Amino acid sequence: MTLLSVRELSAFYGDFQALFGISLDVTEGETVAVIGANGAGKTTFLRALAGALPVPGSAVTFDGRPVGGRSSPALVDLGLVLVPEGRKIFPSLSVRENLLVGAYRGRPGPWTLERVYRLFPLLGERREQPGTNLSGGEQQMLAIGRGLMANPRLLLVDEISLGLAPLVVKNLYRALEAVKAEGTTLLVVEQDVSQVLAVAQRVYCFRKGAVALEGAPARLTRERISAAYFGT
Amino acid sequence: MAWLDTIVQGILLGGLYALFATGLSLTFGVMRLVNLAHGDFSILAAFIAVVAVQALGLNPLLALVLVVPVMAAVGSRLQRPVLNRPLGRGTPPAVLVTFGLSIVTQNGLLEAFSADSRRLNPGGIETASLHLGGGLAVGWFPLLTFAVAVLLLVGLQILIGRSAVGRAFRAASDDGGTAALMGIDNDRLYAVAMALSLAVVAIAGIFLGIRTTFTFSSGPDRLLFAFEAVIIGGLGSLWGTLVGGVILGVAQTTGARVSPGWGVLTGPLVFLAVLLLRPSGLFAKSRRVD
Repeated sequence: MTLLSVRELSAFYGDFQALFGISLDVTEGETVAVIGANGAGKTTFLRALAGALPVPGSAVTFDGRPVGGRSSPALVDLGLVLVPEGRKIFPSLSVRENLLVGAYRGRPGPWTLERVYRLFPLLGERREQPGTNLSGGEQQMLAIGRGLMANPRLLLVDEISLGLAPLVVKNLYRALEAVKAEGTTLLVVEQDVSQVLAVAQRVYCFRKGAVALEGAPARLTRERISAAYFGT
Repeated sequence: MAWLDTIVQGILLGGLYALFATGLSLTFGVMRLVNLAHGDFSILAAFIAVVAVQALGLNPLLALVLVVPVMAAVGSRLQRPVLNRPLGRGTPPAVLVTFGLSIVTQNGLLEAFSADSRRLNPGGIETASLHLGGGLAVGWFPLLTFAVAVLLLVGLQILIGRSAVGRAFRAASDDGGTAALMGIDNDRLYAVAMALSLAVVAIAGIFLGIRTTFTFSSGPDRLLFAFEAVIIGGLGSLWGTLVGGVILGVAQTTGARVSPGWGVLTGPLVFLAVLLLRPSGLFAKSRRVD
């Protein structure tokens, strides 16, 4: 069943158009990846889905309901949650408090503090430390954990690998497998193409704010991805 | 002994200043709003108490039960249509909007209550005192004011430090955009913060009205004291606000003891000294303010 359906989505920053008629579908239970170069509109796309940018009501359908233009809190209530680019950990809050902010709306589901600590034991060990005392990879765990605390049906994850060592990224993707096993659908944005081809069932490649290529990783050749990615 | 008396009176006066400063500190901390109408809202609360006392024959201290919720409702209702608009556009728009509110409030009060000075009479407690021996006596009312200030600060500290709303306050203060992505409705949260701020300043206004006379134009002076207490204590620290209020109170009573005219001067002098020596205040949390 289609969980998220995006039709002809355009988005603007003031007069600047960042997205040009994006159409995309995510089926419940699958992992979909959006790849593309810097400035292709990937982050804008996720922010538009999460209610951080104004979008027309009919452009986004979630669980059969038109949700375009709804506020972020209303979307979190429906189970559409974004793990933002750059992690955005709250510096005044401890690790535990950062996680609890994720549970602010109180949406029921499998994810609790204990469950997140089991997924990322390190967060449990450091629960009373300020969130920003953690290393980059640990902060990314915290950001994912904070998103999970909202008990999302669809978790949008922006640039997991940003500034992190390959081994750390690998561990984070392994954790996402466990998230998926819990029944959460994932839409990830990534620049690290090889990483994403291994975990995603379907891939969309963005270029200049539009979809340049889409398909299952097995059916996409490296050449086609490269051509869509760089526009050569 | 006379000096000890002066200092004790100053400390207790500091409790009143802390009550004025707490709400100001709260709204600045949560939403970076510098509320120039803060003092006027305290006077508005005092006038509402005057009406309650006249119409219902209430003791002004009992009128708190009525005035505090009324002022909280005023704060909550004012936030969304008026005070949310300038947020996130830098300091000048917020200063203009609250400066405008200050003028509107003062002139509204002038229109409704004339320029006569008023006082709230709680029926004796304002002059009763507790004799501590050795010629030292403290008034019951200043003692009550100080105790209420401390209790309120303890309560707020627990609210901000331990509750979900408190976490949301701190998260929104750190990064409002990300807080919204996590499901925090900033508009509603800011309305809660403003309601809290005006609830506390309502208490301050009524205590002020019991302690001394006030007119429609008494607000800006109160705002100045509140600002000084917040800055002396350091932004973002509630206990710092109490200490700031106490330092200000002691400076005033000590100055007034030296010469009656000096009381109004020594407070601001201490404030300037703190600004010179420790510009971020005595207990500022080491975090950026932008």
